[in-house]
Amino acid sequence: MFGRILASGAVGAARSMSTAWWRHVEPAPKDPILGVTEAFLADPSPNKVNVGVGAYRDDNGKPVVLECVREAERRIAGNLNMEYLPMGGSVNMVEETLKLAYGENSDLLKDKRVAAVQALSGTGACRLFADFQKRFSPDSQIYIPVPTWANHHNIWRDAHVPQRTFHYYHPQSRGLDFASMMDDIKNAPNGSFFLLHACAHNPTGVDPSEEQWREISHQFKVKGHFAFFDMAYQGFASGDPERDAKSIRIFLEDGHLIGCAQSYAKNMGLYGQRVGCLSVVCEDEKQAVAVKSQLQQLARPMYSNPPVHGALIVSTILGDPDLKKLWLKEVKGMADRIIGMRTALRENLEKLGSPLSWEHVTKQIGMFCYSGMTPEQVDRLTQEYHIYMTRNGRISMAGVTTGNVGYLANAIHEVTKSG
Amino acid sequence: MSDSVFASVVQAPEDPILGVTVAYNKDQSPVKLNLGVGAYRTEEGKPLVLNVVRKAEQMLVNDHSRVKEYLPITGLADFNKLSAKLIFGANSPAIQENRVTTVQCLSGTGSLRVGAEFLARHYHEKTIYIPQPTWGNHPKVFTLAGLSVKTYRYYNPSTRGLDFSGLLEDLGNAPSGAIVLLHACAHNPTGVDPTSDQWEQIRQLMRSKELLPFFDSAYQGFASGNLDADAESIRMFVADGGECLAAQSYAKNMGLYGERVGAFSIVCKTADVATRVESQLKLVIRPMYSNPPIHGASIVATILKDGDMYTEWSVELKAMADRIISMRQQLYDALCARGTPGDWSHIIKQIGMFTFTGLNTSQVAFMTKEYHIYMTSDGRISMAGLSSRTVPHLADAIHAAVTSVA
Repeated sequence: MFGRILASGAVGAARSMSTAWWRHVEPAPKDPILGVTEAFLADPSPNKVNVGVGAYRDDNGKPVVLECVREAERRIAGNLNMEYLPMGGSVNMVEETLKLAYGENSDLLKDKRVAAVQALSGTGACRLFADFQKRFSPDSQIYIPVPTWANHHNIWRDAHVPQRTFHYYHPQSRGLDFASMMDDIKNAPNGSFFLLHACAHNPTGVDPSEEQWREISHQFKVKGHFAFFDMAYQGFASGDPERDAKSIRIFLEDGHLIGCAQSYAKNMGLYGQRVGCLSVVCEDEKQAVAVKSQLQQLARPMYSNPPVHGALIVSTILGDPDLKKLWLKEVKGMADRIIGMRTALRENLEKLGSPLSWEHVTKQIGMFCYSGMTPEQVDRLTQEYHIYMTRNGRISMAGVTTGNVGYLANAIHEVTKSG
Repeated sequence: MSDSVFASVVQAPEDPILGVTVAYNKDQSPVKLNLGVGAYRTEEGKPLVLNVVRKAEQMLVNDHSRVKEYLPITGLADFNKLSAKLIFGANSPAIQENRVTTVQCLSGTGSLRVGAEFLARHYHEKTIYIPQPTWGNHPKVFTLAGLSVKTYRYYNPSTRGLDFSGLLEDLGNAPSGAIVLLHACAHNPTGVDPTSDQWEQIRQLMRSKELLPFFDSAYQGFASGNLDADAESIRMFVADGGECLAAQSYAKNMGLYGERVGAFSIVCKTADVATRVESQLKLVIRPMYSNPPIHGASIVATILKDGDMYTEWSVELKAMADRIISMRQQLYDALCARGTPGDWSHIIKQIGMFTFTGLNTSQVAFMTKEYHIYMTSDGRISMAGLSSRTVPHLADAIHAAVTSVA
């Protein structure tokens, strides 16, 4: 039957037909972060080192699947069906996830004032919020720190929310430019929306101190600003998830109605499962129900409902006290290894007699070290030493091991020693 | 505490389709029946995980070399290649000539959205024509992506079949280059598909007007029970050498609903164009969710790449399709036996998971209230939710609705 149709003669006529629709389509630039791993994989050198993307590696440079995750997967495989989750995702997973951000005994949770939906990891949570912001605060803009994770700009741009920046990183001290940041907060129009990294700022690793967070929160109150927290590294900064949520807790104590994106990509090693959560604190339960329903309306035409597998892993782990304990132990283990590598990298550089200060390597927090190297120096590292990182000089400390820290320090020293 | 900046946000209405399940779950009646969302059920009314899927899952769990790293933005490469082969045919010249770009997306919805966003940015015509009626979520997906939506006639309520002349007329009047959404098979919600001859006429008309085909393939294998037959419409368009877009879902045909597994493909004129198009698709995806979920795609790839597992899958798929066809027959027979007024032959003529009953909203409301039957208000029922045991109850409800409600 199909053959008869083909023989009808229409094919020949169609082949001489017109237009290719996409001839004008330009090749897009490679993603600056994910493109690094592509280049790394293509490199045949035995010495190659990938300190590009922020994916955790053990001391052998191997990706890690946490024991608690393996156990959770064993339990769920073969037992449950794969039906659609509700549009807002797994209720269990969301409940447990909110406890992590807001606190086990949070009154906000008891009073059901937090509108929350499962999202596609941190990216998906930010995007849903940006779309929600566009729809319900159409005149607002988003203030984004300089620098930030590159994809933040893409997300709010694609949501058609205009962007502004605020000072954050201080290149000379390789620390926080607190004074300029506070100026920007004060000078922004009242009621502006700000994107804040809850902990372990990406890419700089520079976080405000607790005292500084209190000042920021106070100034936000004065100005009536909206705080949106992107928390992609809870647990990874200090090794203690409660401690890493301090900035958020300070804002909540001060009565702010915040928004928050949470991700399990790094702290549960669930990268490819795309598990996260978006929450918005509301004035009361009724408002939270309304906001949640609207978040769902944005998710439905994007992907209908979120993926079940990763959510099941999370709720299995966090819902079982023993598995949760194991998880906390494993998160601390990862954070400790990274802290250890920071110390090792700094000591190696100092031992090599580097003329520069590398204090920031141990002062900065979380997965990344903002080395201060220039794009040209980074290019040399790649071309001469087969070391892969993003051209902003960001080193993913998770990719550093006892096996490669010496090689890495030597290479960095070689390209930076002339100042 | 500060005032919320979102204080004026009103509660959104329930999603018309997913809201049906919400209402069903609240109902305490022991005879309640969920014929809303198109999710397959066994004879026992239970969700089904295919044996071959369980097998694939177990293989993945047992393989400790597997990690959960980020997939590339475009998803799992094996999965993409295998999905393209599945829909376009293993020997498709378009694939062999590297003219097809395929990216993993979040099921059918995600594939449609990514494709629509791409079109809104890179295609010169921003209007998409969708059939009347169509899946409730289609208009929202395209609108949010930045396209404007128009309709073309499709369903004829008096024949409960295809309004073919209306379809040809409306597509004939569409501006040159306009995008046209086509359901590859098992039209949702009507179950009314063009015949092969009608597809050929549609193809000729569309190519002569340079209308861009955008296929939504959510039921490959579910319509006839045969994977290749259900892809015939798409392959017809690819065979003429022209370009088209296709969204594929594995939600129903592999029972992977909640895993959100799908693929979006563009068949291009040349390999060079396909490469450039792929790079632009990445720019759509990255700010949406960065990269797609790994689990479901890994299951699909495991099954599609293994000859035995593929065969096992097609057998299980045929069994699901056959059960649905049998439910159609049983419901039709039950209505005939009750002497229910009207011609119910459309129940056995329509194809795929759904039957567009022709019942109106009052009749549907009546059936929900009096008989605890849950379905969408457009009169669409999911045959997959029926069993031999529950057919009589549904037949009673339809009979009562038709005889007592105008």
